[in-house]
Amino acid sequence: MANTEPAVVCSGLVRRYGERRALDGIDLTLGEGQTLVVFGPNGAGKTTLLRVLATLLRPSDGSASLLGSDLRKEGWKVRSKIGFLGHQSLCYGDLTARENLSYHAKLHGVEAPAARIEALLDQTKLSDRGDERVFGYSRGMLQRLAICRAVLHEPEVLLLDEPRSNLDPAAIEQVEPLIGAAAGRTRVIASHDPAGGLAEADLVLGLRSGAAILLEQAAEVTTDQIGELYR
Amino acid sequence: MSAARPPSTLSAARAVLYKELTLERRAPQTLTAMALFCASAFVIFHFALGRDAIEGALASGVLWVTLTLAALLGIGRSFVADREEGGLDGFLLAPAPRSALLIAKATTLFIFLLIVGLLAALLFSVLLLGPTPSASQWASIALLIVLADLGIALVGTLIAGIAIQTRARDLITSILALPLLIPLLIAVTKASEPLLSVGAGTLTGRWLALLGLYDLIFGLLAYALFDYLVED
Amino acid sequence: MPTTKNLYGRRLTGYAIATAIVLTASIALAFFYAPIEVDQGFSQKIFYIHVPLAIVTLGGFIFGGIFGIQYLRSGDTRHDLRSYTAIHQGLIFCIGALITGSIWAKAAWGQWWVWDEPTLVSFLIVFLLYCTYQPLRFSIEDPERQARYAAVFAVVAGVFVPVNFIAVRLASPLIHPRVLGSSGGSLPNDMRIAFYSALLGITLLFITICKYEMASKHSRAQMAALRRSLSEESDEPAAIRTAAPRIAIK
Repeated sequence: MANTEPAVVCSGLVRRYGERRALDGIDLTLGEGQTLVVFGPNGAGKTTLLRVLATLLRPSDGSASLLGSDLRKEGWKVRSKIGFLGHQSLCYGDLTARENLSYHAKLHGVEAPAARIEALLDQTKLSDRGDERVFGYSRGMLQRLAICRAVLHEPEVLLLDEPRSNLDPAAIEQVEPLIGAAAGRTRVIASHDPAGGLAEADLVLGLRSGAAILLEQAAEVTTDQIGELYR
Repeated sequence: MSAARPPSTLSAARAVLYKELTLERRAPQTLTAMALFCASAFVIFHFALGRDAIEGALASGVLWVTLTLAALLGIGRSFVADREEGGLDGFLLAPAPRSALLIAKATTLFIFLLIVGLLAALLFSVLLLGPTPSASQWASIALLIVLADLGIALVGTLIAGIAIQTRARDLITSILALPLLIPLLIAVTKASEPLLSVGAGTLTGRWLALLGLYDLIFGLLAYALFDYLVED
Repeated sequence: MPTTKNLYGRRLTGYAIATAIVLTASIALAFFYAPIEVDQGFSQKIFYIHVPLAIVTLGGFIFGGIFGIQYLRSGDTRHDLRSYTAIHQGLIFCIGALITGSIWAKAAWGQWWVWDEPTLVSFLIVFLLYCTYQPLRFSIEDPERQARYAAVFAVVAGVFVPVNFIAVRLASPLIHPRVLGSSGGSLPNDMRIAFYSALLGITLLFITICKYEMASKHSRAQMAALRRSLSEESDEPAAIRTAAPRIAIK
C-alpha cells in the first residue's frame, strides 16, 4: 500500500569519480514502505547509489533526499534511520560478535542494547559463537553478523547490497524477518538475482554504466528485461 | 520506530576508545613494536656513537629521536584496522559526531606514546644515560613526555587520517610527520637537555610555552580539519 | 559545450612586460645605485635577490593555505588550482631562496651552510615539508579526494610556517648581525629603494609565472573537455595518475 510521503527521492543524481560518472543523472521516487530493487552488471553503479543514499558519499551533482532530508546538507539527520549492508561486514576481526554489536549499538545510541543484541544473535543462530573472535567466522556467519549490525538500531530505511550472498537457504530464512519486507520499512536492494529480486520489488531500477536504463513498477517488468541489462 | 538516540561526542569517543584499546589488548602489535624499536635503537646508538654513557644535548637528542621514530610506527598503524573490513564506514554510518573519532584516535595514540615514552626513558637511563636524574628532574622529564606526546598524538592522528587514504601510507606518514614535528622536537630536546646533564638543571619556561603553543595550535587545527578528511 | 573563455590568460602579456621592466630596473638599482656595504663588500648584493625570494616564497605558501581554506569551504576546483600553483611555484622560489642564501653564507662566512642563521634553517625545514605536497597529491587517485586532502595539507603547512619560525628563532644560539632578517628595517635610503624595487620585481615575477601555469593547465583542461565532447565514443578516459589538479569544465 503506497503512502503519500516519498521515502527516497533522487533528482538528476550524479556522482563523479574524476571525469568518469559512476552515477549519471538518476531520477527516482520511492514511497514509504516500498522496496526498490536495483539490477545491473558489475560497475554499473549499484553500490555507488547505495553508498550515496547511506550518506557515505555525497552527490556530485543533482540531489538525493531520504525521508525528507536533503542528503547533501542534512545527511546527519537521517543516519540513525538508515541501515546499510555493504560488501564489507564493518566488523573488527579481533573483537567478538557481541563486542562488535555492542560497539555499533553505542555509536547509534541504542537503548537497552544488551537485550537487542541477544535477540538478534538468537535470531541468526550466532548466540553460541557470540564470544568468539570474528575473524574465525565463515563468510555466511559474517554476513549474518553484518545483517545484525545493519538492523541493530531498528532503522526505517534499509540499504542492502546483495544481502543474501554467502547465505544458505536456512540462513536466508533466519534473516528474513530482519531484512525482509515489513510494514513501514522502506528498502533499496542491489541484486544479481532477477527472479528473486523481481518477486520482492515494488519498483525496479536497471543500471548500466551509471545510467538508468530501466525504471518501472515491478509488475510491468519481466525477468527477460532484466537479463538484457547484462548483455 | 527507532529505539535509538544520537550519542554525544563524549560517549561516542568513549565507545571508539574502548574499541581501540580492546583491539590492542587482543593483538598487542603496536605497543610491542614501538617498545622493541626503542630498545634496539638504544643499542644501535651505543655502537654507532661508540659511547657507554651520554649526557646533556647528546642524550636529549638520542632519546627524542628514538621516541619520534617509534611514534611513526604508532601513527602508521592508527587507521589500519579500520581499513580492513570497512570499520571506518561503520563509524561514518552512525549518527555520531565526527570529532569523536579524532578524539578517540588521538587519545589512543597518546596512551601508546605515553606508555612507550615512560618505558623508553627508564630503559634509556639504564642503558645509555650517564648522569642520574634527581626525583624532581624525573618529574620534569615525565611532564615533557606528556606534553610532547600530546602534540605528537594530535599531529599524528591528522597525518594518519591523511595517509590512510593514499597508496603509499607508510611513506607519506614519514615524510609528512618529520618536518611537522620539528618545532615540537626543538622545544622538547632543548628543555630536556639540562635535565639529562650533570648538576641540578631545571625546566625553562620558554620551551614549555613553545610546547604548549604547538599543542594548542595543532590541536585546534586537527579539530577543524578532521571532518574534511573523513567525509566523502 | 564547454566554455572557451580563458580565465587566466587575461593580461598575461601585461604582467610579463611589467615584470621584465621592474626586474631590469631593480638589477640596475642594485648594482649601480645602491652603495657597496661596508662590512661585507660586493657579495652583500645577493641580499637584494635572496630576501625578496624568501618573502615571496612565504607569501606563496601562505596564499596556498588561504586558497586551500577556500577550496574546502566551496568545493570550487579553481581554488584548488590556485592553491596548487601557489605552492608549486612557492617551492621553486624556495629553492632559489635556499641557493642564494647558501651563496651568501659562503661569501660572508666561507661555508656553504650555517646553522645559526635561523631564517635559513627555517626555510630548509619549510622546504622539506612542502616537498611532500606533490608526492601526497600523486598518491591519491580520486581527484576530488586528492584536491581535498591537498587543501588540508596546504592549511596545516601554512599554519606550520610561522610556528616553525618561532621555534627555530628561539633555538638559535646567537643573533647574527641580521642583515638578512631586518629586511628594509634599518636600511639607508638608497639601499631601501633598490630593495623594494627588487621585492616588487620578484613579486611580479611570481604572479606572472603563476598566471602562466594556471592558464596553461586551464587551457589543457579545456582542450581535453572539447576533445571528449567532440568524440563519438562514450569510452571513459583511461585513469591516469597525476598530481596536478583536475579542473572541472562544465
